[in-house]
Amino acid sequence: MALIEFTKRGIYCKQGDFYIDPWWPVDYAVTTHGHSDHVRFGNKYYLCHTLTKPIIKRRISEDLNVETLEYGESIIRNGVNISFFPAGHIIGSAQVRLAYKGEICVISGDYKIEDDGITTPFEPIKCHSFVSESTFGLPIYKWQKQEVVFNGIKSWVSDNILQQKTSVLIAYSLGKAQRLIKNLAGDTPIYVHNSIANLNEVIIDAGVKLPKTIRITPETTKDELQKGIVIVPPAMRDSRWIKNLAQPVTGICSGWMQVRAHRRWQSADAGFALSDHADWPGLMEAITATGAEKVYVTHGFTAAFSRFLNDAGIEAAEVLTKFGQEDDEENKVDLVDQNENK
Amino acid sequence: MKRFAQLIQQLELSNKTNDKIAALVNYFNHADDKDKVWVIALFTGKKPKRPIKSALLKYWAINITETPEWLFAESYANVGDLSETIALLLPPAENTSDFQLHKWVEDLHDLEGKDDETKKEFILNAWNKLETQERFIFNKLISGNFRIGVSNKMLVNALAKQSSLDSAQIMHSIMGKWNPYEITFHELINGIHVNTDNSWPYPFCLAYALEQEPEKLGDISEWQAEWKWDGIRGQIVKRNGELFIWSRGEELVTEQFPELHFMIDVLPDGVVLDGEILAVQDKQVLSFSTLQQRLNRKTISKKQLEDAPIGFFVYDILEYEAKDFREEPLSIRRKTLEGLIGGLAESPVMISPVINCHSWEDLAKLRQTSRSINSEGIMLKKLSSHYHSGRKRGDWWKWKINPYTVDAVMIYAQKGSGRRTNFFTDYTFAVRDGENLVTIAKAYSGLTDKEIKEVNAFVTRNAIEKFGPVRTVKPELVFEIAFEGIAESKRHKAGLALRFPRILRWRKDKKADEINTLEDLRQLLQSTL
Repeated sequence: MALIEFTKRGIYCKQGDFYIDPWWPVDYAVTTHGHSDHVRFGNKYYLCHTLTKPIIKRRISEDLNVETLEYGESIIRNGVNISFFPAGHIIGSAQVRLAYKGEICVISGDYKIEDDGITTPFEPIKCHSFVSESTFGLPIYKWQKQEVVFNGIKSWVSDNILQQKTSVLIAYSLGKAQRLIKNLAGDTPIYVHNSIANLNEVIIDAGVKLPKTIRITPETTKDELQKGIVIVPPAMRDSRWIKNLAQPVTGICSGWMQVRAHRRWQSADAGFALSDHADWPGLMEAITATGAEKVYVTHGFTAAFSRFLNDAGIEAAEVLTKFGQEDDEENKVDLVDQNENK
Repeated sequence: MKRFAQLIQQLELSNKTNDKIAALVNYFNHADDKDKVWVIALFTGKKPKRPIKSALLKYWAINITETPEWLFAESYANVGDLSETIALLLPPAENTSDFQLHKWVEDLHDLEGKDDETKKEFILNAWNKLETQERFIFNKLISGNFRIGVSNKMLVNALAKQSSLDSAQIMHSIMGKWNPYEITFHELINGIHVNTDNSWPYPFCLAYALEQEPEKLGDISEWQAEWKWDGIRGQIVKRNGELFIWSRGEELVTEQFPELHFMIDVLPDGVVLDGEILAVQDKQVLSFSTLQQRLNRKTISKKQLEDAPIGFFVYDILEYEAKDFREEPLSIRRKTLEGLIGGLAESPVMISPVINCHSWEDLAKLRQTSRSINSEGIMLKKLSSHYHSGRKRGDWWKWKINPYTVDAVMIYAQKGSGRRTNFFTDYTFAVRDGENLVTIAKAYSGLTDKEIKEVNAFVTRNAIEKFGPVRTVKPELVFEIAFEGIAESKRHKAGLALRFPRILRWRKDKKADEINTLEDLRQLLQSTL
């Protein structure tokens, strides 16, 4: 019998009687990371990485029952050995490795291959079956090295400052914001929205080193902001607050920005292709490194990606996600706000 | 090429006209002169001849990247542009290149007539030394158009700002005939070529739609009212014994309209007329669908000449006695025009009549009768106005009658292209025919981004069948479709075709059983014949 099955509530391990990133309340939820499409309110118990615990407590509720594991550490539930390995997606993100009677299954959650300087880098785990995301599972998605992207952002910012414009970067509060802060820190002060500042505090308290940022308050002047870098979450994007800044220009940091059509659709002033998900070569590299005999493809271009794997001789199947009733290609750009920036 | 790639990126990054003009000015200040000529050529649609078919580019890209054909198609569907898909699929370049834009254009030109192997070698080599954005542009040079939201007017404004020359003069220059392989930037913007060219037309003066009450325009006696004709805007140019007919698309269409060739004997040299090419019989304007039989034909049969005779209704005179006449006020231009061709009896060329009216109220009533004479409303032109280059607010207004409308239900949806690649934005609509639904129009504009997202979600949830990119959807969403005309059509199942259909609004208040019927449209068709 297979170690996992795909149910309406999410990925289920029958032997151990637990779910991984369930969409509906369950007794025991193994949680890959703190983004809201992976962790929901209402589960009796949560198991997550040590760094994810304060994040989900802060974001969902202080009352959650949370057990934690470090990377490489394991616990056993009804004979199933559960352990966590770095996924490189955001701080605290983990791949979940399940082992039972010699069979090994790894659920990737979201992952990226490149070391972003702040998240423990992805580590491939040998397994028999591998559940992989495929957010960017088309060969047109090949990321540039992050130095190149960050240099692009930096020169955009310095041009803006010279032209008396205010640089506003739109980034999800958890993950992308900290990655930007870490990699843009320098002589230009970084101003962050409340929601980002709050999460930064949690992350710093958990022992992660983050460069200094300034929380935006009603006292922060437009002039200060114009000379700095402003980072706000997607919800703020069309806000009056941004419009009232001194000549605001907005930049979106997301893998979707690789494609001109998406850039233009977003009606931002700049798009930077910076993603916390694996690109096409990254997905291929990760899958090959697991040595898995069977790959389950979820989240993203599932149809195309699984077909390609099958043609390449790697047995693969599409897994319907919560959005599974829908055509797999839909709603991508909409998800820029909800998923990819996370 | 790097500098040009940067310009394209800057133009794409902003939605603001001022930013775009600033980027263009900056480019024209620093770029190589030969490159500038090509940028003007590319932006005004003067494409270099294609030395290689796009299909070959795609084939080579598929080959070297070992991408299966279906995966290329999936990728293309996500990107919405062939040049860009190829640019993104290729592996990172191993070399770099400092070749300038004009060098690439010239090298591509030299490929003309070479065998495929030579072309392939050149292209693969080029791909391997260009970055993604440069590659995209390189591919566009071979296979596509630069649609990046730079209008001729914007380009001319930038050039005028950069060179301190008059914008109308630059517009002339770049609209005339010139060869980007030969002309220098200096010659081009100073218009050295246009004086030696008899044919050059003037930029058309265009009007904005009147959105306010006409009373707000002031005293009606300061205005000239004319019928707005629904044909092809054109210019008749007569210089040095030669006659040229230009269409609004900056296309020379002289040969298509032999009925107008007699004007070569009527007009003195140094005259340019602005007017409308229409199907006309006994001085009555026929429907646009009649005119359509005469458009874009290489040869014209005797029958077509008889069925759809052409006339030209003159609006204005732009050049007189070989002098630019556009700075004269409309009242003077009109008088001159009347003196010049007012006496032409029994001719297919006539001055578009002025509507004599002493109050806005009366004019509004007359406007309601527009359709009976195949006019689409009224033009209001200030008597004191100059003939402007392009669209300018204030002096000319078009006061169109409301379009025809029909309530129809959406039955198919398809993803758009370009900016709309990832949304279902192209819809097919149907009306009722007894128990059945019969398609009557396809339309894709007129919804807000928010509505598009809403419809997109509906299509996603209610797709019944999938034919390639097309989804059949549950007939539930009702839209009000506006259109300008209706014609018989053998090609469409409904037996009729709507002209310029577009979505007027989403009728969330209506159900699918409340839509119009095919019979309603047939009656409308009968009434317009």
